[in-house]
Amino acid sequence: MASPFIIDRSSVTQVMAWVLAALLPGIAVYVWLFGPGILVTLSLATVTALAAEAVMLKARGYPAKPFLMDLSAIVTAWLLALSLPSLAPWWLIVTGTLFAIVVAKHLYGGLGQNIFNPAMVGYAVLIVSFPVQMTQWAGPLELTATPLTLAQSASVIFGGDVPKATLDAVTMATPLDALRTGLLQQHTVDEIMTQSIFGHYGGIGFEWLAGAFLLGGLVLWALRIISWQVPLAFLAGIWLAAGFLHFFDAGRFGAPWFHLFAPSVMLGAFFIATDPVSGATTPRGKLIFGFGAGLLTIIIRTWGGYPDGVAFAILLMNLCVPLIDQYTQPRVYGETKKTRAPPA
Amino acid sequence: MSRELFKFKGGVHPPEHKAESNTRPVHAAPLPKKLVIPLRQHIGNPAKPVVEVGDRVLKGQLIGAADGYISAAVHASSSGIVSAIGPAVVPHVSGLPDECITLSTDGLDEWIVHAPLDYRAMEPSDLRMRLRDLGIAGLGGAVFPSAVKLDPGATHSCPTLILNGGECEPWITCDDVLMRTRADDILQGVAVMRHLLGSTEILIGIEDNKPEAIAAMQAAAQKMDYAIEVVAVPAIYPGGGAKQLIKTLTGREVPSGKLSTDIGIQVFNVGTAYALARAVHHGEPLISRLVTVTGHVLRPQNMEVLIGTPMHTLITLAGDRDGTTGVLMGGPMMGMPMPDLDVPVVKATNCILVKSRDLFPPLPAALPCIRCTRCADACPAELQPQELFRFAKTGDFGRAQEYHLFDCIECGCCSYVCPSHIPLVDFYRYAKSEIWAREKEKRAADLARERHEFRQFRLEREKKEKAEKLAAKAQAKRAELAAAPATEGPAQTDADAKKALIAAALARAQAKKAEVAPKNVDHLPPEKQREIEEIEARRAKIRELARQPLETDEKKS
Amino acid sequence: MITAILVMVAIAVVTGLVLGWSAIRFKVEGNPLAEKIDAILPQTQCGQCGFPGCRPYAEAIAKGEADINQCPPGGEEGVKKLAELLGVEPKPLDETHGTPKPKSVAFIDEQTCIGCTLCIQACPVDAISGAAKQMHTIIAVECTGCELCLPPCPVDCITMVPIAEDLPHWKWKHPVVMLKQVSGEARA
Ligand code: SF4
Ligand code: SF4
Ligand code: SF4
Ligand code: SF4
Repeated sequence: MASPFIIDRSSVTQVMAWVLAALLPGIAVYVWLFGPGILVTLSLATVTALAAEAVMLKARGYPAKPFLMDLSAIVTAWLLALSLPSLAPWWLIVTGTLFAIVVAKHLYGGLGQNIFNPAMVGYAVLIVSFPVQMTQWAGPLELTATPLTLAQSASVIFGGDVPKATLDAVTMATPLDALRTGLLQQHTVDEIMTQSIFGHYGGIGFEWLAGAFLLGGLVLWALRIISWQVPLAFLAGIWLAAGFLHFFDAGRFGAPWFHLFAPSVMLGAFFIATDPVSGATTPRGKLIFGFGAGLLTIIIRTWGGYPDGVAFAILLMNLCVPLIDQYTQPRVYGETKKTRAPPA
Repeated sequence: MSRELFKFKGGVHPPEHKAESNTRPVHAAPLPKKLVIPLRQHIGNPAKPVVEVGDRVLKGQLIGAADGYISAAVHASSSGIVSAIGPAVVPHVSGLPDECITLSTDGLDEWIVHAPLDYRAMEPSDLRMRLRDLGIAGLGGAVFPSAVKLDPGATHSCPTLILNGGECEPWITCDDVLMRTRADDILQGVAVMRHLLGSTEILIGIEDNKPEAIAAMQAAAQKMDYAIEVVAVPAIYPGGGAKQLIKTLTGREVPSGKLSTDIGIQVFNVGTAYALARAVHHGEPLISRLVTVTGHVLRPQNMEVLIGTPMHTLITLAGDRDGTTGVLMGGPMMGMPMPDLDVPVVKATNCILVKSRDLFPPLPAALPCIRCTRCADACPAELQPQELFRFAKTGDFGRAQEYHLFDCIECGCCSYVCPSHIPLVDFYRYAKSEIWAREKEKRAADLARERHEFRQFRLEREKKEKAEKLAAKAQAKRAELAAAPATEGPAQTDADAKKALIAAALARAQAKKAEVAPKNVDHLPPEKQREIEEIEARRAKIRELARQPLETDEKKS
Repeated sequence: MITAILVMVAIAVVTGLVLGWSAIRFKVEGNPLAEKIDAILPQTQCGQCGFPGCRPYAEAIAKGEADINQCPPGGEEGVKKLAELLGVEPKPLDETHGTPKPKSVAFIDEQTCIGCTLCIQACPVDAISGAAKQMHTIIAVECTGCELCLPPCPVDCITMVPIAEDLPHWKWKHPVVMLKQVSGEARA
């Protein structure tokens, strides 16, 4: 082993720990506005992810300790949990997490080798396989008459005997669902926006949640754990695409601000699209990656079969990463036209 | 008059650790009993020994002559007897031995006659030859023969001369101390460089964490009769890398795969300038240098050390301590671990860094790359280290080269910041040496192919010629036969003829050997005689064995 | 309908012309495949593959008459490269043709040599110098280590000396780090 013999203090564990920490404001807002149910989801996903990670490491003959310590499995678990409906049944959470860790992460070669973002793979599998269960969102506390306690949430998640009336009283369509259903019923955007679930920009509560994720994301950027290119390009992609459509037909397409502050966009922009392993690595590549994901999100939201498109957009862009990277290699020091190798 | 500075991309800020060693006064290290002077201390051809074992040499005497244009001579660092010429362990990671000349010093430290050079009156090419023969090579670490760098070439001129006082590596302070204490001499050396290169702009770049050195150099610059600009550059590793310093000071980049002279800039280390001044103004060859001995020692300091001094004597001098975990030559970012402490100080030795567990904790185990691109952000060559790593690891050297592997300066910034603690630079070194080896192999294969093809062609031609000759002979014979009836026996075949010839040769060789007994074997001590006899017996047996197949063959035929 | 057909025909004609032109314009002389294969072969010229030298073997491979795994000096790596070039699966080296050996050069014991020139005639790359009845020497840098000079020597004075690693030939090894089996142990 030769030089260098000193290293910076940073480590994968530290990076991942900061990502988790940056999610905390979002989680706090989540609990505050939507009730404590999310804590159950998060815990369940975390335990499942760690167990799955340990088993897979053992099966693949890797030392468990350094890899469990890197916290990457927990990050995956949290991102998935925060993308799932807050009252999703326990088996949905477990299935999604298992799929994310076992298939999307380890079958692709483990930490650093996965082509797709594991959390988003888990999410995509769930929404394709269990579209109905994936709509069990708890409504914002502001709008629900009798909010669920932690125990009640847990019992909903674990399939306990909760009267259907109670459940119906707390679950609600997300703003994106509402918009989609409304549009399908030939209402105009303005009519739909008068529904109680909509707030100033996005949905009531959801705007605050988005704001909290934005805050966490900015912290990560300030710490240089994520680059500015991906989130900015992602948000710009969404804003431009939504704005373009809205400009031409405000009646049929949601406003750009609404799309920006819909749940999952901020989370996607700062925490999911910025996943280094499955994202582009070059500066220009990151811009393309983010912008493409933003564009695709709006396209899927508008014309696709599912209300939200962040997960699919990011997965699609993950696919393009090798190509993007290859064609956006930055100029190196002292590079001249002659020494520039054509991308092979 | 502050100059506009430019920023190079990347770089890191490792803890400096300069204060440990740059406050103590500089002493000359005592003369060791034994000096081991490697013949390959510079880039290019190794020097050729010009002394023999047993010769007495004087301090400063040429012992290894430069071999070719890109080479530099080596000299005896003190007076004494040449006790060995041959392989000895040298300061190289591999621990492999290399050709060295070992001197047993006699303690007299008696100088050879030497005189200053009147460099202004000399032909530039003669002066450069003199410098080569005085062993001047870059002391910044690359040890490139200075005479070559001081040649602006026929068409180039070198308007900008940069003196590198950056010294960005942590722990090392030898250039700092040199500038503080010998600023005037350094500038004398610069004058010679300026003379040879015809430079009009002279810049001295010093990192701003060395205010004393900057002040000393500025004071010295005032006294010179030509304009010198001493520029404080921001302290950031690797700001003292030649390419980075050029960018910082001039905003220009050395084109990939080119030399800085191609854009009219030449960079020298301050230590080289000092050595040049000693050579020109005193006629002294490069036989000593300043070495920082620091790290896990009692008295970290800089010493004036004779080339060839074993490293352990210096560590003892600085006060060795328990708990040493290894010794580096150079700094922690680019230095190399030493295989053995007997290895000598060479021209490239700027620092001897003693490691301990506290100062240099063992690096944590590496995790896979998470493509976080921190390495790319830190890389001063603006490469994509994560991609290079991927290609090097999988042996995809072609792609690695396409991604500019050879623009990597091995500065270690990428490994330094990598959160997965991957020894990235080791992978690049591996890939580079593998590529070089393959190229060498390829060249050898090409040569072999060429020679083989030529041989085929030659055989073909010979066959044709032989056939022609035979035809001519046959013709003649037929004509002869026609004249007189044959009386000869059956014609011998070619092979038979050859075998007979070989047998004859064998016999002759044997006879000759038996006949000509070597002169120096008269009057030998009995054991020598016995040895010789044994060897003779062995030879005879081999001859015997060798003859048998031939004879049996002959019998059969 | 007619236009569609006409357009198709036009496209076909144009493409055909371009293809034809480039075939002429970029024509490669000789047998480029054999050439490429020959470039991969190590040029030891030892004949272990069963052909009198690398070139004939390359030609045989190109014609499909020989397998790709018959060259011991090329080793597994050579087989891999050939497989890559030809787009076939790599296979283990055929042991019947010999096994790879560390690279060596021949060395003539000049005390014993009788100057018979037999080795010169055997050497495929003319790496032996000497004249009849004089001592012979191997030009080490040109010797490919093919061992073809060993059998003809009547006094067995040629030996193969493995090339020792020295400083100019030293190589950085592939770093051994990471993952499996390291089990979290710190590296020094
Ligand atoms: S810093 Fe390390 S982990 Fe990050 S991209 Fe570079 S090599 Fe990979
Ligand atoms: S060692 Fe090479 S790749 Fe790494 S930072 Fe330095 S120049 Fe860049
Ligand atoms: S076996 Fe010998 S002759 Fe045949 S291809 Fe390999 S090196 Fe050439
Ligand atoms: S074959 Fe042997 S004896 Fe004959 S010339 Fe060659 S080395 Fe000498």
